[in-house]
Amino acid sequence: MREVDVVVIGGGSAGLAAACKCKEEGIENVVVLERDKELGGILNQCIHNGFGLHTFNEELSGPAYAERFIDKAKALNVECKLNTMVTHISKDKVVEYVNPEEGYVRVQAKAIVLAMGCRERTRGAISIPGYRPVGVYNAGTAQRYLNMDGYLVGKRVFILGSGDIGLIMARRMTLEGAKVLGVAEIMPYSNGLARNMKQCLEDFDIPLYLSHTITNIEGKERVSGVTISEVDSNRNVVPGTEKHFDVDTLLLSVGLIPENSLTEEAEIEMNPVTKGAMVNESYETSIPGIFACGNVLHVHDLVDFVSAEGAKAGESAARYIREELKSAGGFNCKAKQNVSYVMPTRINVENVKDKVEFLFRVRVQARNATLNLYKDGELFRSIPKRHVAPAEMEKLIMKKSDLEGIKESFEIELVVD
Amino acid sequence: MQDVVIIGAGIIGSFLAHDLSKYDLKVCVIDKENDVANETTMANSAIVHSGHDPKDDTLKAKLNLRGNEMYEDICKKLHVDFKRIGAYVVATNDEELEELSRLYEQSKRRNVPVRYVEREELVKNEPNISDIAIRAIDLPSTGIIYPWEVAIALMEVAVANGVDLHLGEEVTAIEKSENGYKVITSKGVIETKYVLNAAGVFADDIYRMVSDNVEFDITPRKGEYFVLDKLNQPLVNHILYPIPSQKGKGVLVLPTTHGNTLLGPSSDFVDDKKGINNTSDYLGYVRREVGKLVKNVPMDKVIRNFAGLRPTSSTHDFIIEEAKDAPNFINVAGIESPGLASAPAISEYVIETILKNKLALVKKSDAIDSLPPITDMKKLTEEERNAKIKEDPRYGHIICRCEQISEGEIVEAIHRNVGATSVKSIKKRVRPGMGRCQGGFCEPLVVEILARELAKQKNDIVYDDVESNVLVAKKGA
Ligand SMILES: Cc1cc2nc3c(=O)[nH]c(=O)nc-3n(C[C@H](O)[C@H](O)[C@H](O)COP(=O)(O)OP(=O)(O)OC[C@H]3O[C@@H](n4cnc5c(N)ncnc54)[C@H](O)[C@@H]3O)c2cc1C
Ligand SMILES: Cc1cc2nc3c(=O)[nH]c(=O)nc-3n(C[C@H](O)[C@H](O)[C@H](O)COP(=O)(O)OP(=O)(O)OC[C@H]3O[C@@H](n4cnc5c(N)ncnc54)[C@H](O)[C@@H]3O)c2cc1C
Repeated sequence: MREVDVVVIGGGSAGLAAACKCKEEGIENVVVLERDKELGGILNQCIHNGFGLHTFNEELSGPAYAERFIDKAKALNVECKLNTMVTHISKDKVVEYVNPEEGYVRVQAKAIVLAMGCRERTRGAISIPGYRPVGVYNAGTAQRYLNMDGYLVGKRVFILGSGDIGLIMARRMTLEGAKVLGVAEIMPYSNGLARNMKQCLEDFDIPLYLSHTITNIEGKERVSGVTISEVDSNRNVVPGTEKHFDVDTLLLSVGLIPENSLTEEAEIEMNPVTKGAMVNESYETSIPGIFACGNVLHVHDLVDFVSAEGAKAGESAARYIREELKSAGGFNCKAKQNVSYVMPTRINVENVKDKVEFLFRVRVQARNATLNLYKDGELFRSIPKRHVAPAEMEKLIMKKSDLEGIKESFEIELVVD
Repeated sequence: MQDVVIIGAGIIGSFLAHDLSKYDLKVCVIDKENDVANETTMANSAIVHSGHDPKDDTLKAKLNLRGNEMYEDICKKLHVDFKRIGAYVVATNDEELEELSRLYEQSKRRNVPVRYVEREELVKNEPNISDIAIRAIDLPSTGIIYPWEVAIALMEVAVANGVDLHLGEEVTAIEKSENGYKVITSKGVIETKYVLNAAGVFADDIYRMVSDNVEFDITPRKGEYFVLDKLNQPLVNHILYPIPSQKGKGVLVLPTTHGNTLLGPSSDFVDDKKGINNTSDYLGYVRREVGKLVKNVPMDKVIRNFAGLRPTSSTHDFIIEEAKDAPNFINVAGIESPGLASAPAISEYVIETILKNKLALVKKSDAIDSLPPITDMKKLTEEERNAKIKEDPRYGHIICRCEQISEGEIVEAIHRNVGATSVKSIKKRVRPGMGRCQGGFCEPLVVEILARELAKQKNDIVYDDVESNVLVAKKGA
């Protein structure tokens, strides 16, 4: 069996950043395994601008942003295998993959970086009633058909869910001559970034129906219409509020799910909220030497955060190989009131160089709120927040010195009036 | 001139076509759908019941018992998975215990293998059994299959033996003629001596085309389901039935041969014979009823809903007989549950008790029993797989990440003698799109492969029926 220092699974922004960092740290033998025919991951179908504002101070398209990392990986001589599907990983870090050239192969890795990205939630997962004709697509699939294959899935479109992909597709399909009749969102607030709300809906006069959901899909062979209804504060449908739209297409943008079947097969400890692995400050999972980053860990809205997380995981993999990491010990990081999760979930201060970047999401949309930080149950710091929303990931940087001495827990809560 | 026209290519039409293809006859099968097994045979509980349940002295009871005996051999020949995983009928209160012992006695009388299972053993064998389950009967001869896999494999053998298969062709009228019948379809006229009416929920409508005194009605009775993703720990190991009621066998929980779990069906009469929509009311009912059988149901693992229509006849039994006022027109109607389980026996019954009295049935000497199956990479050893990939690298190119299906397997499905021509027909044969991402990732690739192999434009590729193009327009067009 071939032996490899680091196997990176997935060649999207997270995986590429991780692989490059490993090389820069002096690790020789780094292999990226990517099932697609090219590197770049989801970025390849995101031809709109808006990537890399933080990293490069420029607004790049998705493929252009990916190109920078692909070039870097080439320059660093990272070995990348394309059309290569990882089919299994084991606890002792044997990676199984298959591709047309080599067939089914096993390699023994010293460290593994999981960077498999995410998939879209489907109609089935949310049990939308009605017929099951052609014309119901995940927004990301429709995006791929349009941006990579050059075909439109429909001409009169309704969109369920105000996730970013749905918003971007509302604009994209409008620009390609389709008519987008509206977007329904079950929550009382949008799930997309504020700038996408403005640039993709408002600028094109596409109505957004908050607190609404789809209650029927019509058409036996092809979608002929959809019905939406209002929901109350418990998300129950309010009878008598139906509105009908004649459309040939329903796009779904109802959430992304980290692609974790490999992770689960290896029995890595999972976080029920993010549906990704539990990780510590080094992005190491419950199995020492297996790291996770990017959308497979938790769903991101900014690629810059993904690249940063990938680099961090890559650096940790290098430190693990150099035996500089302590896998055990430390304290837990937890979400309190109005916060849905906190990443990382565990910290061993001994592994921290100078600071920890926490990423977390809040549960409510609010203005003039307060973030409270607790160390071992005691309030340690309060931070005013002008605006927070579940759609926008929050970042909090803590100096190592602020985290020293914590025994049990570090907690984040959000207080709103 | 055909000897026999079979209307309907569901499980019944497919068994009839397969069995008749062994004889020296000209046989033609007509179905309005674009693929075999696209209606009721595509949407049911997929159980080969033991025969414990139908009422005494019915065709349902007789043919279910015989069908259950026949399935194992047939599936082996056809290279289709059939698993006798066994079933538990579960009682949850005193009243149900009484009914349970009635079922126990009935099974004994019919020589259906049966035994009691007390709560302790139930809990051991089914860790997720509900807290109110008291006692069950075990029916170990009960099995599971994928109904359309059986139907497709049967039809492939039939076509290889010379049966003429007309898909995407609807029967619109039937006229009596000198030698038999003129079957008028959306595409032309087919003359035949005999007609076998296996049109599922439409069987009464087809019968009305030749008769003014149709003495039965078929009313569609809908069943709605949830499908769960493959689970790391199975929810159930057996088929779990509740105690049957007026409405039928009730809401079940069962594993499928590919490792998914089905929850359902509901049971409600509907007006529309094409009304296979899902409704929040009936899905809600299924969700509640399932809770009586099992706990810890992972509803966050639901990947799909579907619904099927039972062709329920006003006689409450299968109707398998020559029409009174239409000689040589044979109804195979009202084939609701246990229609699937009975299907091989239904076909045998039609041939042995009806056709043999009318026709000189002579076995062909060169008829085949089975075809080599589509390569299933998952079932090969690592060496076999790698040999296959060396020979043809497309078997190393994974298209469907959820079910891990290679390009080579998909290409094979397209070039079979009953080949896949649509996204759905690929899904039925080799499963891309059946998994947790529901085709979100693989569908664009499947469309690309179909277009290439069938020498079509991508926007000519359909999801299912002729009008169901996946892509409606080229960008900028
Ligand atoms: C539609 C959309 C619009 C966005 N818009 C913006 C924007 O405007 N600005 C912005 O900053 N960010 C945006 N983002 C967010 C950000 O770009 C993405 O979150 C980020 O690119 C994700 O990177 P990743 O590497 O984690 O995942 P991915 O890019 O999905 O990469 C994962 C890779 O892993 C591979 N893989 C998975 N499983 C296996 C396996 N078993 N074997 C081999 N390979 C495997 C996949 O093929 C894929 O290439 C957007 C995201 C989406 C989805
Ligand atoms: C919810 C549910 C659960 C069930 N569970 C089970 C079970 O677990 N076990 C079991 O044994 N049975 C079960 N059944 C019953 C079983 O599914 C049916 O008995 C069986 O599938 C019927 O097969 P068929 O070939 O008669 O009908 P179909 O599969 O419906 O085939 C009839 C065919 O006729 C064609 N047709 C109709 N009209 C025309 C026309 N005018 N021109 C051309 N073609 C036409 C249709 O397109 C169709 O393909 C269940 C049924 C349902 C609905």
